[in-house]
This record gives sequence, structure tokens and C-alpha cells, in this order.
Amino acid sequence: MTAPLHEPTAEAAPSPAEEATVATADAKAVQGRSLGRIAWERLKRDKLALSGGIVVLLLVLVALFAPMITSILGQDPNEYHENLIDPLFGTPTGSLGGISGEHLLGVEPVNGRDILARILYGARISLLVGFLSAVVAVILGTVLGILAGFFGGWVDSVVSRVMDGLLAFPQLLFIIALVSVMPNDLLGLTGSNVRVFVMILVIGFFGWPYIGRVVRGQTLSLREREYVEAARSLGAGRLYILFKELLPNLVAPIVVYTTMMIPTNILTEAALSFLGVGVKPPTASWGQMLSSAIDYYESDPMYMVVPGLAIFITVLAFNLFGDGVRDALDPKASR
Amino acid sequence: MLAYLIRRLFAAVVMLVVIVMVVFGIFFLIPKWAGVDIALSFVGKQADPAAVEGVREKLGLGDPIYAQVWEFFKGIFAGRTYTGGGDSIQCAAPCFGYSFRSEQAVWPVLTDRFPVTLALALGAAVLWLILGVSAGVLSALKRGSLWDRGAMVIALSGVSLPIYFTGMVALSIFVYGLDLFDGQFVPLDESFSGWFGGMILPWITLAFLYAAMYARITRATMLEILGEDYIRTARAKGLKERTVIGKHAMRSTMTPLLTMLGMDLGALIGGAILTETAFNLPGLGQAVLNAIKNQDLPIILGVTLITSLAVLVANLVVDILYAVIDPRVRLT
Repeated sequence: MTAPLHEPTAEAAPSPAEEATVATADAKAVQGRSLGRIAWERLKRDKLALSGGIVVLLLVLVALFAPMITSILGQDPNEYHENLIDPLFGTPTGSLGGISGEHLLGVEPVNGRDILARILYGARISLLVGFLSAVVAVILGTVLGILAGFFGGWVDSVVSRVMDGLLAFPQLLFIIALVSVMPNDLLGLTGSNVRVFVMILVIGFFGWPYIGRVVRGQTLSLREREYVEAARSLGAGRLYILFKELLPNLVAPIVVYTTMMIPTNILTEAALSFLGVGVKPPTASWGQMLSSAIDYYESDPMYMVVPGLAIFITVLAFNLFGDGVRDALDPKASR
Repeated sequence: MLAYLIRRLFAAVVMLVVIVMVVFGIFFLIPKWAGVDIALSFVGKQADPAAVEGVREKLGLGDPIYAQVWEFFKGIFAGRTYTGGGDSIQCAAPCFGYSFRSEQAVWPVLTDRFPVTLALALGAAVLWLILGVSAGVLSALKRGSLWDRGAMVIALSGVSLPIYFTGMVALSIFVYGLDLFDGQFVPLDESFSGWFGGMILPWITLAFLYAAMYARITRATMLEILGEDYIRTARAKGLKERTVIGKHAMRSTMTPLLTMLGMDLGALIGGAILTETAFNLPGLGQAVLNAIKNQDLPIILGVTLITSLAVLVANLVVDILYAVIDPRVRLT
């Protein structure tokens, strides 16, 4: 979607002698260097992408172990600390939103819940919805994109029209509408779990055309290649060509679009919670914290800054990593 | 050209019908399937059965879905009369029905709020196109420079920030901290300067996100195009660098940008909802958000139709601009 953040800078051109050794080393390594391996070698050299990847990994760990981390810190995301609140203004006593050795990022206004604990638990919702809705979008997009590209004809027309239509839709409007009419109990789930489940499905559903378009285009061009024709002339069936010849060549663009979709989905989840149709209180989520912080942007700015930065850092890390993955998997990139 | 326009308009009408049916489906079929009575949610929890029946009859909620959709469309073009529960109300065309909650007619709500959202979206679009494209072009021309890196870092941050967070930070710095604006919405017909002062932060906030995206795309496209043969030819002919960039390269750069613009218009509605919430602007986004929370179907239908219509019209304009910019594109 976008340009690499940093172009190869004026690296000193390797001297002829060095080039020769590099060339022989390459020649030795040529056997067995898969696309994944080449991509990984490239990614390793991309410092920004790598740091983004490390932050993403840390975030995943934090989300997985949120209950353990908070219990080590001796905090609970839903415990009230009203003694830390100024009864007159409802804002935390002490400077910077009530930051102390006990409450490392301060406490919320009015009820005094520990912000760090809520941020850690909020990471679970953000990442869960971000990842799983991307999975839904990838599955739908890949299947429908391949079908449209491979079979052409009316299948292609129908799928393409639906994709165009969905892309032109005011999506957020429909996501809000769908999430808000869902009943409180669904398939044995209750409360916030219903909202999380519905958000995953709905965000995934509106995301698939982005992947579907790319997969369709790639399939269209791949199915005319010689190697597919060769397979066909050897008597390969449609299914064989689909799974053995086409799908492996679609992995790279699918991976790239998935890594780029996750941050967008995280932003959508935060937006839904901000608008009050995401997870239900008291479940902690970053968007919801921001939406309650809107009333305190004058008196307690820290309350708004912490969840805002949490979203920013998470999305930025995913974007950096995604840019790096794209550059690493792009065969045209010459580095 | 005429045939093209007619075909596009026909497609747009089909799209609008589909959108209305989807909205009806969302708000009538899902509650039905979940076992919630809409007439009941309209009257209130402790209503007597007679009142609920009256409402059901008056609004035609007992009719099959297709009949309700038909009545809705007929109301827009020919007006509609609600009868039942002992009285009858005449709703003149264009009739979008009455709010379930406030019992106000929907059409005036739409006409009141549409200009606010339109002004927000248009102002932001102008800002982001100017800022994003020029930043992207400059970055591409001075590739690798301090400016390029700085601009791209800002752009990457821009695409990673939630609009409402940027908005809140802008409010707390410029309104509360520096006291430059008063952060209140003032209608345009009351005072231009007041209106402008109230809109400037929402414009910048909304434009920032898109400017960042467009700067990144412009830079990438421009870099690709500068490597093309025809640019080398233009330079070899001895054209001034200004002409090469401004006329030859810019024209090709605009095409993918226009494609993006067409796709982003739908997403822009989402951005407008968030911006209106963060800045408390009385636009369509705010209206529809409240309506969705109250399950106020007539308002939701009206807003969805109006915004979808705006998106479709804007897309048509984008497609016509396409042919203007790129002579290879023929509208057939």
C-alpha cells in the first residue's frame, strides 16, 4: 500500500573483491533458499521492521500474560481505589493523574481503577479482535478471490460486484449498526464476549474485499503462466492446479495484506469501543478508556494520553513490521 | 458518454436499493430473530398492548419486510400517510418517516445536519490533498534527505494515530492549553469567523490521517514514475525540470491517487462520525450514532441513504475526472 519508510541509504558499494566472495557465497547458498528464507534474511537487515516486530511480540506476550503481570504488580483492573480520588473534582489526587509507586500509570478519575492494569487487559481485546478479524478476512478473501480469478465468468462478475459494493459502502456505519443490534446472548456467549465475537465477524466481513481484490488479480495473471499451462498439459486437475500451483504463489501477497490489515482492524475495534458499541464495561478496552477520558481532557490529561499512546504504539509497531514484511517479500525490491 | 452516465446512474440506484434493504434487514430481521419486538421498543417497556398495536398498525410494522421497504421508497417520492391508533398524519414528499424516539420528521434533521458533515468532509479533503500530495512529491524529489525522512516518519505516525485521539490532543493543546480557539461549533449563518474557528481543528484532525496516507502513496508512485522511460525522454528533449515533474510526472501520479480517493470516500464517512464525536459537531455522524444507540430506524435509514448517495455521486465525479486526467481512459 505504501512506500518503504527508509530507502537504502548511500551504502558504500562493495569492492570487486568483496563482491566476488559474496557471489561465491550466494552460489553455495543457492540450493535450498526458499522464499521464506530469502524474506527472513532481508527482514533481519531491516532494523525498523525488526524493532516493530519485537514490539509486536512483546505486546502479544503482555496480552497473553496480563492476569499474571497484574497480580505480580498487586493490581486488579476492576478494583476501585476511591481513596485516591479528590472528592470535589472527581480527579485523581497527586500529580500526573495519580502516578505513584503502586499505580505506575496512575488511576482513573471517579473510581480510581489502576490504569496500567486496565491497559494490560485492554491489549487482550485489541489484539484478539485485530488478529481474528484479519483471519476471517483472509479466509473469505482468499477463497472468494481465487474462485473469482480462477473460474472467471459469472462467478467473477458476482464476486467482483460484491467487492466493489462493499468497498464503496460507508463501512463504519454498517459495522456500528450490526454490532449494536446484536442480542445480549448469542450461541452461549454473554456480555462482552458477544460483542467481541460479533466485532471479529463483522470487521472481518468488511475487510475481505481488500484481500479478495489482490488475490483475484494475482490469480488472473498466474493462471495464464506457462507453468500452470504445463501442469494442465500434463493432465493435472483443477483442484491440483488450485492448491499445488496457484496457492503457494499467492502466499506472499496474502501475508503482506494480512500484516497490513491487523493494525487497521485494531483501530476499528478501538473506534467501536470509543463510540460505545464495542466491549461492555467493566471490561477494559483502549477505545473505551479514551471515550471516558474525553470528559477529562482538561482536568486529567494523563487519562487520555495513556490509552492513546497504547493504541499508537501498537498500530505503529504493526505498521513498521508490515512495511518490512512487504519489502522483504516483494521480488521487485532490490536490496 | 451519455450512455456511460445513464449506466452509472442505474448502477447507483441499484446500489441504493441494496443499501436500504441491508439496513432494513439489519434492524428488522436481526431483532426478530433475537426475539425483540420493535413496536415495543418504540412505545416503551411498560406500554399497554393497545398502544403497541396502534403503533404497529400506524407504522406498518406488521407488514412483510418487502412491503415496508416499498412504502419507504414510495414515501420519499410521493409522500405518505400514517393512519392507525385513531389518528392520521400526512407526511409530504420527500418523506423519510418520523423518528421513533423524538417523533420529529426525519427530512429536516437530514437537511439540518448534512451541511455540517459536508463542510467537514470537503474542507478536510482539500486540506489533505494539498498537504499530502505536496509532501509526497517533495519527499520523492528529495529522496533520502532529512526532509524526506522527517516527512515519512510523520506520515507513518499519522496513519497509526486514531482520529479521535488526535482530536482530543488538539483540543487540549489549542483550546484548553493555548486558548487559540474556543472549540465550540457555531453555525455558518450566525458568524463566518466563529464557524471557521470551530471547524479548523476538526478539519486538521481529519485531514492529518488522510494526508499521511496520501503522502506515502504519492511518494511511492512518484518514485516509480520518475524511473520510467518517458521521463528520461522528456528530460533528454531538454524540457525544464519543472515541466517534466509538473506536467509529465504529476499527471501519471494523479491516476492512482484518484483511485484511492474514490475508495476512501466511503471510509471518510467513518472518519466523519469519529471526528464529529470527538469535537461534538452536530453533523450526520453524530445523529446516526445516537440513532443507532436508540435503534431509531427512520433516522438511520435516512442518514445511510443520504451518505451513500453522496458517496456514489462523489465516486461518479472521480470517475469522470479520471478521463480528464488520463487520456487513455475512455468512458464507455
